[in-house]
Amino acid sequence: MDDFMNSGAGTVLLIAAQGLLVIGFVMISLLFLVYGDRKIWAAVQLRRGPNVVGVFGLLQTVADAAKYIFKEVVIPAGVDRPVFFLAPLISFVLAVLAWAVIPFSPGWVLSDINVAILFVFAASSLEVYGVIMGGWASNSKYPFLGSLRSAAQMISYEVSLGLIIIGIIISTGSMNLTHIVEAQDGSFGLLNWYWLPHLPMVALFFISALAETNRPPFDLPEAESELVAGFQVEYSSTPFLLFMAGEYIAIFLMCALMSLLFFGGWLSPIPGLPDGAFWMVLKMAFFFFLFAMVKAIVPRYRYDQLMRIGWKVFLPLSLAWVVLVAFLAKFEVFGGFWARWAMGG
Amino acid sequence: MTIADLAFYCFAVPAVFAALMVVISRNMVHSVLWLILVFLSSAGMFVLLGAEFVAMLLVIVYVGAVAVLFLFVVMMLDVDFAALKGQVSRYMPLAAPMGLVILLQLSMGVGAWVQADAAPGLRQSVTPDPIQVENTRALGLLIYDKYLYLFQAAGLILLVAMVGAILLTLRDRKDVKRQNVLAQMWRDPAKAMELKDVKPGQGL
Repeated sequence: MDDFMNSGAGTVLLIAAQGLLVIGFVMISLLFLVYGDRKIWAAVQLRRGPNVVGVFGLLQTVADAAKYIFKEVVIPAGVDRPVFFLAPLISFVLAVLAWAVIPFSPGWVLSDINVAILFVFAASSLEVYGVIMGGWASNSKYPFLGSLRSAAQMISYEVSLGLIIIGIIISTGSMNLTHIVEAQDGSFGLLNWYWLPHLPMVALFFISALAETNRPPFDLPEAESELVAGFQVEYSSTPFLLFMAGEYIAIFLMCALMSLLFFGGWLSPIPGLPDGAFWMVLKMAFFFFLFAMVKAIVPRYRYDQLMRIGWKVFLPLSLAWVVLVAFLAKFEVFGGFWARWAMGG
Repeated sequence: MTIADLAFYCFAVPAVFAALMVVISRNMVHSVLWLILVFLSSAGMFVLLGAEFVAMLLVIVYVGAVAVLFLFVVMMLDVDFAALKGQVSRYMPLAAPMGLVILLQLSMGVGAWVQADAAPGLRQSVTPDPIQVENTRALGLLIYDKYLYLFQAAGLILLVAMVGAILLTLRDRKDVKRQNVLAQMWRDPAKAMELKDVKPGQGL
């Protein structure tokens, strides 16, 4: 058995199985995330939310997915067919792709590469293509406007996301996500995590993540009161399902990044309790709850306000923070509070 | 053929094919999309060379930002593709010899490529051993320690170029009313509006 596992075919099989496991986890979480999103939204508005299919309506998303798959694919006249169908695929595949480097527990990672954080960043910066291509290929007014909005928005907020991540990289001295989490390990539990030294950036990262994933209050690419449904107007059936699934997976990825970068990943918050993937999943679910609450509570921004915050507030703040952290880490202020690599980590 | 060879051809063949499609594709948006495939395939080849940091930067900077702007511009252009196609044959007699000359020059250049005797030694002296140092750290040491002044000078030149580009397009239009966000935020409601008690039948 060991011989087979070490051979070429065995390695390929093992990687494929691990990949399926990660995709399985993501897809099953997706089912309940969409359900949870709707339930939280409904609870804030004093409604019941989905409660008919299955116990407490738990199977509502399954029913919806089946409905999307079995509906007819409507292809409007004048669309650019190859690009029209490539767009939802790209948006879905890229969202899943980034999960290849997300660690859930020490060693529980599909590919433990040195530049993991850059890989996630690259995959999420490519997601804009799904939206642009979808909007352009639809050959229609509203999708095109939606895709233009989305492209500008995602590029703007990528800049501040990248700068915030640079601060974390400076503190850790590594771009490997496992190293980043291990650098947050210590004897004080949750006080060792990066949210404390990088406190202002936690808020900035959360808001930028909302904008990067086109979530309310920044869902201007699909603002229904202005653009009908933005880049998704001409999509129906399975292509639409792929767009929606890609969006939710990207949001869940941002939740995973929040917990890995600032909240210690799989580390337990209380010293003494065992670490494990359980904490990671719990933290991800908590941040998704926050995403859902923001969707329910905060009204939508205007587009010029969104751009102003991105370029005139977030970019200078995060850039200044990078410079500040570089100095704090270099001179090891508070004995490695900002320079975990100096503590022999 | 080893797995590395196979992986190389998996990236090389799409790269060459996509590069060809960039040129011969009739739709300009399709051209840009093929160009993105070229970038991605070259990023894959960088990974095969062990330069994963450069590969990721290629994807983030070129595909994630530069190509998006390309696509932006090309999508906005209103081009009549049929008219454009008709002009190809008109310019062909001039374009074909020019392409041929450039191709000849390039092939002559490749044949006559010589390297100074000192060059390999000089390169060796600044390049850290790739087995001991991961390539992100190696690049950082080279750029920020060894070649700091050159790097800063390059940054300065880019900054000047950026300032110049902004200056060229900056227009101060007097006839447009712009909103001053800070003034709006700090405006005092007591000064902005006045409440009046209007008696019935009298008006103001």
